Amino acid sequence: MFNLINADGTVRDRLPVTLEELRQLYADMVEARTYDRKCMAMQRQGRLATYAPFEGQEAAQIGAAGALRDDDWVVGTYRDAALMWASGYGWELLIAGRTGDERGGSPPPGVNVLPPSITVGGHMIHAVGLSWAEMLKGSDRIALTSFGDGATSEGDFHEAMNFAAVFQTPTVFFCQNNHYAISYPVAEQTRSESIAAKAAAYGMPGAQIDGNDVVGVLAAVGEAVEGARAGEGPSLIEAVTYRIGPHTTADDPGRYRDEDEAEEWQGRDPMHRVQRLLEKAGAWSEDWQADLESAASDRIESAVLAAESLPRPTREAMFERMYSGMTDPLVEQSGEPAR
Amino acid sequence: MSVVNIAQAVNLALSSAMSADDSVILLGEDIGRAGGVFRVTDGLRDKFGTERVFDTPVAESGIVGAAFGMAIAGLRPIVELQFMGFSYPAYDQIINHVARIRNRSDHRFTAPLVIRIPYGGGIGAAEHHSESLEAIYAHIPGLKVVVPSTPGDAFGLLLAAIEDPDPVVFLEPIRLYRAVKEEVPESPPPTPIGPVRVERAGTDVTLISWGAMIKEARAAADLLGGEGVSVEVLDVRTLSPLDRSGIVSSVVKTGRAVVIHEAPLTGGYGGEISAVIAERALYSLKAPVTRVTGWDTVFPLKRSEAHYLPSVDRIVSAARQTLED
Repeated sequence: MFNLINADGTVRDRLPVTLEELRQLYADMVEARTYDRKCMAMQRQGRLATYAPFEGQEAAQIGAAGALRDDDWVVGTYRDAALMWASGYGWELLIAGRTGDERGGSPPPGVNVLPPSITVGGHMIHAVGLSWAEMLKGSDRIALTSFGDGATSEGDFHEAMNFAAVFQTPTVFFCQNNHYAISYPVAEQTRSESIAAKAAAYGMPGAQIDGNDVVGVLAAVGEAVEGARAGEGPSLIEAVTYRIGPHTTADDPGRYRDEDEAEEWQGRDPMHRVQRLLEKAGAWSEDWQADLESAASDRIESAVLAAESLPRPTREAMFERMYSGMTDPLVEQSGEPAR
Repeated sequence: MSVVNIAQAVNLALSSAMSADDSVILLGEDIGRAGGVFRVTDGLRDKFGTERVFDTPVAESGIVGAAFGMAIAGLRPIVELQFMGFSYPAYDQIINHVARIRNRSDHRFTAPLVIRIPYGGGIGAAEHHSESLEAIYAHIPGLKVVVPSTPGDAFGLLLAAIEDPDPVVFLEPIRLYRAVKEEVPESPPPTPIGPVRVERAGTDVTLISWGAMIKEARAAADLLGGEGVSVEVLDVRTLSPLDRSGIVSSVVKTGRAVVIHEAPLTGGYGGEISAVIAERALYSLKAPVTRVTGWDTVFPLKRSEAHYLPSVDRIVSAARQTLED
């Protein structure tokens, strides 16, 4: 399995990033984890609807985002907040979405990140269509779609992979294999040797990589992205990682997996290895860590404040969001008194 | 000016829209080399090239999902699904994504695509090839659902659908593809999506229908006319958004309504139209609203088709019934 930084913080090969870039990747992972934990806490307080945590998958998401250009398309899922944030989709919008406000689905102009897909698997083909359109328009924008191991069981995965390969669209399929489709272990989901192996059947390259190595992910996704941009077509990357937390706040992983397993994966924590590496290079200190955490916490607090102080959505807005202009039936219904 | 049938009118509208706007592209199974299973896209691949007319793998969900992404990225894709019974695999894309992205993103992303679906029976086709389940699409918020019954409307409504900033499900009555011809001007304007069309004005009873059944309604109106009954025929044309006032004003005038559709009775769109009449024109009614529809059965195979499809006779007797009440 491809990696560059080992779990113990040693490096396997020369890193394609500067020390400053590595510090930034680390800082982003700290911010993402701060967000994730904050959201878990807020959900427990009843301030958010169901939340799907990504703890343990920070390297996969921050690394993948780092490989993209600002104007590339990103099509992810409900567990991809870190990927979306690192691609320009602000925390306040992600939080607004989780408070149950459609305005959270609307990133600013220029941020080409679709709101998260809630159904499993149907969104991968959207990245194919987006990048296909860019190719037809003569732009060199590409699309990355992120999905879990569970989504690869959907027929949608087959159709998306096949379309991308047939039409050679500039699409990067980024699978975060976090080992579980809610409770169903990946080993039971498929008889393929790996998820990456499935790429061969479609005639596209596939690579299995250590999803907990942020620089390895950045390098591997970077190669896929540059290939797509250069007209070499789609590819599949399987980033092997682990969901430390539950599927969502409504889930109890104790029903289907051993605590030992999660503990073992905590030993392969994506942030710990970078921290050790930075420390060895004299580029990490407890003070810096504290500063990062407190700055991230401040930013997330103000994002929460911004999301929570959005004016209550009006009744009329619900009708106005359906079409470019309200249809006659909606005009009538929006005018009816609330009962 | 040329005299064309519905299949040709759709072809002309596609060609006209593609000539006017480079972002209009076509995707579907067998639409390029073969010109489509009904030959509706005949010649368009030669005219516009393989970068604008795409033969795709057999994957209805994939076709719609890819077109959805293309539409978000600024193209104007037009998808052909071969038969309504083959559109079911694409429901997830149509219902969960195409119809919802504007709402989900609060207008930030939109999917202005057209999904063309040949629908309906009467041609003795294999199972799954005769479905008429337009009510399912009309039930989905975020879609518009259009059903032409004439070459002129096929042209004009398709142009309007392509220009529409929202997704449109465009249902083409298979049985009428080559059954009616009409003069279509060289470059007619789009026909607005929404308003019903008064196919024939009358004062005694309103026959309300759409798509293939308009032909039966017309024949029934001819027969009843011979008996001295003045029949109004309304072609609903747009099932969503429904032109409630167009329907109500006709029924207020005639006091009698027969709703005709090919789809099964229970849960069919005739129920919605009957409810609109009951809510808004009840006191003008001189007789109960009557529905003449397909039965609550699977659409039968060729040898039983006549048992299923609403016939001119059934429409005539339903109309007579309203006149006797």
